[in-house]
Amino acid sequence: MSVVATAAPERRFSALRLGTFGALLLALLAAMLFAISAGRFSVSIPRIVEVLMAAALDPGATPAQMDERILLLVRLPRVLLAALSGAALAVGGAALQGVFRNPLVSPQVLGISQGAAFGGALALLLGYHGVVLLGLAFFFGLAALVMVGALARINGRTEVITVILSGMVIGALFGALVSIVQFIADPNTSLPAIVYWLMGSFSTATWARLGLAIPGMAIGLAIIFLLRYRLNLLALEDSEARSLGVNPDKERWLVFIAISLMTGTSVAVAGIVGWIGLVVPHAARILVGEDHRVLIPASALLGATYLTFVDTLARTLTAAEIPLGVLTALIGAPVFGLLLRRHFKEANRA
Amino acid sequence: MIGLEKASVAFGPRTIFKDISFNVPVGRSMAILGPNGRGKTTLLRATLGFQALASGRRFAPKVTGYVPQHGASQAKLSGLDVVIMGRAVQLGLFGQPSAKDREAAQAALVQVGACALADLRYDRMSGGQRQLVLIARALATGSAALVFDEPTSALDLGNQSRTLELLDSLRLRRDFAIIFTTHDPNHALAAADDVLLMMPGDGEISGPVAEMIEPDNLSQLYGVPMRWVDVHGPTGETRRAILPAFAGIEAA
Repeated sequence: MSVVATAAPERRFSALRLGTFGALLLALLAAMLFAISAGRFSVSIPRIVEVLMAAALDPGATPAQMDERILLLVRLPRVLLAALSGAALAVGGAALQGVFRNPLVSPQVLGISQGAAFGGALALLLGYHGVVLLGLAFFFGLAALVMVGALARINGRTEVITVILSGMVIGALFGALVSIVQFIADPNTSLPAIVYWLMGSFSTATWARLGLAIPGMAIGLAIIFLLRYRLNLLALEDSEARSLGVNPDKERWLVFIAISLMTGTSVAVAGIVGWIGLVVPHAARILVGEDHRVLIPASALLGATYLTFVDTLARTLTAAEIPLGVLTALIGAPVFGLLLRRHFKEANRA
Repeated sequence: MIGLEKASVAFGPRTIFKDISFNVPVGRSMAILGPNGRGKTTLLRATLGFQALASGRRFAPKVTGYVPQHGASQAKLSGLDVVIMGRAVQLGLFGQPSAKDREAAQAALVQVGACALADLRYDRMSGGQRQLVLIARALATGSAALVFDEPTSALDLGNQSRTLELLDSLRLRRDFAIIFTTHDPNHALAAADDVLLMMPGDGEISGPVAEMIEPDNLSQLYGVPMRWVDVHGPTGETRRAILPAFAGIEAA
C-alpha cells in the first residue's frame, strides 16, 4: 500500500525534472545559436543552419565564403570550447562543494586554479605551448590540491575552515610564483603572452585547441558523472560514509584528480576564468536541489550556457574584446558575496 | 559475529581502555553503560573500525548497520533517499540506485513503521523521525550487525519509549547482533540480553542483564546509590525499574 502511495510523487518529480532539463537544454541551444550569430559580422539564424548543414554533409570541404569561414573556423570552435569549459568548471565546482560539504569552495578558492596558472606560465616562459602547457597546468593544479590537503589535515581530521584557509595560503604561494615567472619573463616575447593568457579568453580558440581540450575535460566530466550518486555518500560525515562501506579518503582523491584534470585543461586553453564553479552550482542547486544525480548534469548544462553567454558578451559589448576572466569576476564576486552572507545567516540560525 | 578481542585504545599516553573482549553473536543484544567520558563512544568507534586499535583485534562483518546520533544532518534529501544510502555496498563506486534498491529501502521503512517518512525532506524532520530513518537505513544495508550510538539520548520520553520498543522488537527477531550505548540502565532492561559495564577508572564487567543491572554494580558505576522501585503498568502488571536514590527524594 505504502509503496503505491509513494510511487506517484516519485513520477511527478521526475516529470518536473524532465521539464527542467528540457528547459536547460533549450537555453544552451539558444545561447550557442546567439553566440554563433552575434558579433561584428552578424549572421542570420537560417544562414547558420544552412552553413552548418552543408558542413555536416561535407566535412572535408574548405569554407569558401566569408561568412562560412567566420562561422566554421572562428565562431564554432570558440563557442564549443566555451561551452565545454563552462560545463567542466561548473561540474568541478559542484563536485568539490559536495565532497567538502560546503557550498563556498571552488577550484579557485582551493588554489587549484593558481597552481594551474603557475604551470601554464612556466610553460610559456620556457617557450612551450600545447600539450606541455596542458600537462604542466594539470600537474601544478593537482600539486596545489595535494598541498592544501596535507596542510589542512590536522590530527587525522580535515575541517572545512582549515581547508579554505589552506587554499588561500597555497593560492597566494602560487600567485607569488606566477609573479616571479612574469618578473623574469622577456618583456618583448613571453611576458605579453603570459599576461594576456592569464586574464582568460577564448579568443584564440581553434579546432586544434578544442581537440587539445576535449580529452582532459571529457575524462573529468565522465568520472564525475559516473560518481554522481557516490557524491551524495561522500557528502556525509566520514565515519558515517565509512559505516556504509564507502572509503571516503580514497574516493575523494578520484574526485580531486578529475577536478584537477578539468581545471588544468581549462586554464591551459583559456587562462583563469574564475567564479564559474562557485556561482553556477549554486544556481543549479536552487533549480533542482542537492541530489548530485541531478545536480551534476544540471550544473553541466547551466555552466555551458552561462560561459557561452558571457563569452559572447565579452566579445560583442565593446569594439575591443573585454578579457573574459574580468567579466566573470565582475559578475561572480558580488554573487559570491551574497552567497557568503546567506550561508552564514543560515548557519547562525541552525 | 561482532566484537573485540583483547582490544586496547590509547590517545597518546592516555589509555582509554585496555584488553577489552566481547562478542555479540547473531540473536543477542548488548547494552554498553558507563559514566561520561569513560570511552563508550570510543569503544563503539573501535568496534565499527573507525578508531585504530593500539593492540588486539576486532571482528565484524564487512558492513555494519550503524545508527549515528546525528547522521546525514545536512542532507536536503527525502527520507527514502537517505534510506537508499544503506545500499551503498550493493551499488559500488559507479552504481546508481535501481527500482530494486528503492524497494529494499521502502521495505526497511516499513519494518521500522515509518513509511510515511519516505517523501518527507530529511532536513525538515524531527529528531525522532530522523532516528527512524537512520534505523531503516541501517536495516537496508542488509547487515546482521546493528550498532546504535546512544539511540535515546536526544529524544523526548515518548520517542524514547518508541525507540526502545523498536530495539526490543529487533532483538526478539533473533536475526541481528545488536549493540547500543545508553545512559539509562532501564533502557538495558527494556531492550538488551547482555550488558557491558565500563566501570569508572578502568576495568569492564559484562554478563546477562539480570546479573549486571542491579543496585551494587550500578551504584559503583555511577557513584550514586541505586534502588529498585516497583512500577505499576496501566493493566495492573508490576515491573521493576532501577533509579538513583536522588530521584524522588523531595517527594519521600
